[in-house]
Amino acid sequence: MSNYRIQGATGEWEVVIGLEVHAQVTSNSKLFSGADTTFGAEPNTQVSLVDAAMPGMLPVPNRECIRQAVRTGMAIEAQINKYSRFDRKNYFYADLPQGYQISQLYHPIVGEGSLTIDADDKAGIPEDKVIGIERIHVEQDAGKLMHDQHPTMSYVDLNRCGVALMEIVSKPDMTSPAEAGAYVRKLRSILRYVGSCDGNMEQGSMRADVNVSVRKVGDTELGTRTETKNVNSVRFVMAVIEGEARRQVALIEDGGTVVQETRLYDPDRNETRSMRSKEDAHDYRYFPDPDLLPLELEQDFLDACRASLPELPDAKRARYTDALGLTPYNARELTAEVETFARFETLLAATAGLLGKGEEAVATQVANWSLSVAPGVMNALGDEANPAHATAAAQAAILKMQAAGEISGGQAKEIYEIVLKTGREPGEIAETEGLKQQSDTGAIEAVIDEVLASNTDKVEQYKSGKDKLFGFFVGQTMKAMQGKGNPAVVNQLLKDKLG
Amino acid sequence: MMSDLTQLGVKAIRDGVSGGDFTAREVAEAFNAAVAGAAALNAFIVTTPDHALAAADAVDERRAQGEALGVMGGVPIGMKDLFCTKGVQTTAASHILEGFIPQYESTVSSNLWAAGAGMLGKLNLDQFAMGSSNETSYFGNVSSPWRKDGTNAAMSPGGSSGGSAASVSARIAPAATGTDTGGSIRQPAAFAGICGIKPTYGRCSRWGVVAFASSLDQAGPMAHSVEDCAIMLGAMAGFDPKDATSLKMDVPDWEAALDADLKGKRIGIPREYRMEGTDQAILDSWEQGKAWLRDAGAEIVDISLPHTKYALPAYYIIAPAEASSNLARYDGVRYGLRDLPEGSGLQDMYAATRAAGFGDEVKRRVLIGTYVLSAGFYDAYYTQAQKIRALVAQDFAQAWAQCDAILAPTTPTASFPLGSLSDDPLTMYLNDVFAVPASLAGLPAMSVPCGVTSEGLPLGLQLVGKAFDEQGVLNAGLAIEERAGFTAKPEKWW
Repeated sequence: MSNYRIQGATGEWEVVIGLEVHAQVTSNSKLFSGADTTFGAEPNTQVSLVDAAMPGMLPVPNRECIRQAVRTGMAIEAQINKYSRFDRKNYFYADLPQGYQISQLYHPIVGEGSLTIDADDKAGIPEDKVIGIERIHVEQDAGKLMHDQHPTMSYVDLNRCGVALMEIVSKPDMTSPAEAGAYVRKLRSILRYVGSCDGNMEQGSMRADVNVSVRKVGDTELGTRTETKNVNSVRFVMAVIEGEARRQVALIEDGGTVVQETRLYDPDRNETRSMRSKEDAHDYRYFPDPDLLPLELEQDFLDACRASLPELPDAKRARYTDALGLTPYNARELTAEVETFARFETLLAATAGLLGKGEEAVATQVANWSLSVAPGVMNALGDEANPAHATAAAQAAILKMQAAGEISGGQAKEIYEIVLKTGREPGEIAETEGLKQQSDTGAIEAVIDEVLASNTDKVEQYKSGKDKLFGFFVGQTMKAMQGKGNPAVVNQLLKDKLG
Repeated sequence: MMSDLTQLGVKAIRDGVSGGDFTAREVAEAFNAAVAGAAALNAFIVTTPDHALAAADAVDERRAQGEALGVMGGVPIGMKDLFCTKGVQTTAASHILEGFIPQYESTVSSNLWAAGAGMLGKLNLDQFAMGSSNETSYFGNVSSPWRKDGTNAAMSPGGSSGGSAASVSARIAPAATGTDTGGSIRQPAAFAGICGIKPTYGRCSRWGVVAFASSLDQAGPMAHSVEDCAIMLGAMAGFDPKDATSLKMDVPDWEAALDADLKGKRIGIPREYRMEGTDQAILDSWEQGKAWLRDAGAEIVDISLPHTKYALPAYYIIAPAEASSNLARYDGVRYGLRDLPEGSGLQDMYAATRAAGFGDEVKRRVLIGTYVLSAGFYDAYYTQAQKIRALVAQDFAQAWAQCDAILAPTTPTASFPLGSLSDDPLTMYLNDVFAVPASLAGLPAMSVPCGVTSEGLPLGLQLVGKAFDEQGVLNAGLAIEERAGFTAKPEKWW
């Protein structure tokens, strides 16, 4: 239980949250037709006869969509139902050509599972928490109405109509906006790892229906919930919960009652408003779709689905800390996004290979480079950087020189800058541009001797106990060497000389 | 010569064309002329003489080149206007689809054209295949070519494939496609004195057929003889990846395996089909049918199908339920009729379009279907009906332990005058009482003419077989056909 509370006039209230996340399945064609699914095409250019519900057209299940739903279910360690069935949800709307949505009410393909949200003290999540997932079912998306094309008419774009969605229904296990936010982020991460959804919330590939109810702290009965539809960012999900919980508490404390209803979120005004109440709710007249046979999954298919699962976020993070020795912070940052860990792991393998060492031996160096150094250089350069030059080979070469003490951290950055601008080879840059540090003890000793000789007073002060002056000698030495002295060697030699 | 050609059936035409007795074009011209001269029957919604001629010319050309002509080579047929035909108006006999011209060809019609058949036109039917008398078409009633002896009253050709039955029995088409949801091939075949078979559910693709009740709809042929049905069904059937309920099985050569010798076969007589309200003439024909099958070598056994009496009510829940959903797509948004009253919104458009576009029988069934699927009624109606459906199927499964096929009447009565039942939907629905059980169980079933009533109206006998055993049904049908010697024809009045 989180400590998130609404302070009402009559006492403290807690909030109970369940989320229904609609995730667009990554597939080339739609759930029941061969039409393309690419986002952003001209209206009505990706519509098959089936999508337009022409007379006599029939749905045929897309195996890839089923596979993705099963893999997703496996990734949340859910029960996979070998027998599932499609049902029709009947209602009339202009973006729904069939007059029904093909969904799965009675026998969903994926049963109960769960995911774990991570402890985050700052967000008020004191420890890891398991959030139950009730089910995942697959269903068709609807088309889109366009109201801004004509002064008196609405237009219909059916491109999205029939695209496969997974509806991922959580249990009412979340008790704060932060938990809900963490749940959506974690779910998104898992979907992206699995590759079953691109997780792009701006394009509507993932959107959430947010169920919220409130109750007095200590009550065991659930309050009446409202459902806010189609919320399309983590931030908005959290805002809806905050606003809706406050609204419900105020309503109840003013003597009103919460009505079970569907609400819409208006991000511009940051408020929800009623869309329709339970009394006006559609009677969807669900019944098994007679055009489709029950879906019966064979063990071979399930085995292949499981074998195709990648390492998942929790397992990867554990491996990063336990086997690679990374800090929990680095492990979390690196595993948050698919692109991040993919870049990291490629560079890690390249660097370890180049140095002839185990990955664990270079992991921390590569992690620091990947998380802060490389992105810093890239960002600082802005448009001057050509991302195509950011190859693992070039970066590994830089990291190798740095590990060998041939270049300093600063030089590594400078070399990488040139790499990003020009694509030149790092070793050549170090040579040509003089970006190598001096590790030759003889040469460094000569410089140190000179520095000490011309600062005899400071040497005296140091020897009489003014330790802080050590930094001054380092600085003078480095300055004399135009910053190219190997700091470790400089330090060591200075210590030896100063006694 | 030309007038003689219209007396021929599928096999005679095909063999005559391939043998060079006449050309496919001569056949097409003869039937086109017959169609043009039979407007009084109102059997066709649109005629397509050019389609028939083009297909015929292609067959004649192939013959000239020495190429194979296909199992339906040179046979022009009537196409029930429930099959979508590319470039040719497809209406399901409704106002809401009036003027709708598909950009695609149904799988079944494609298969027929590929087999060398041509199209004489799109046949009238009960609107959305809902009806048993062909009185619910937006394009007017179809008249049966048959009349009671010595009377002029227009008779029902049966339904919903009424145009198909009328056109074949009037010999303005040698064969026609039908669809059967709860008897819509078999009942009109019986009324019109022709053969018609509904194959096992899934044999013929439903892709491109305007849906009535998806779990029941099956296409099949209607023709003069059992053999013609076997040939044409062979051309229509086959696995179709575009229909998820299509049977993934090879299509047997039913024509080649036809055999009227029933030695070793057991034919079941279901005692529950002996129902009150069945005409004596029907019961007599059933007795006669048993005798013929016994004569063909079969053993006649009494069987029980105990849930028979629940089949019709269950059917009239399941079929309307599916229809109410299947017909939701006719909403005025994308194609077909749109009635958009001045200043009205989307809901008004739906209401106005569907009110104007659907006939009374369609509305009745959409309302029934909507009702039985509604919250609070679903379990009492739809769930119960599905249980009955399973029990009806189980009845048949148990019967197969005792018999190889079942003999029953096709209908409880012979044809009736148009208009005589149109105010009485429940009596109308009873027409399907013998047909519906096989539909609910998805089994192959056919009607074969067996004689005429004292008033000169045709009667049919029904044969029901095991799933996938169309051959058994056809063979038993052939045994009856050979013994019935049915040669009656309607006297031409049109």
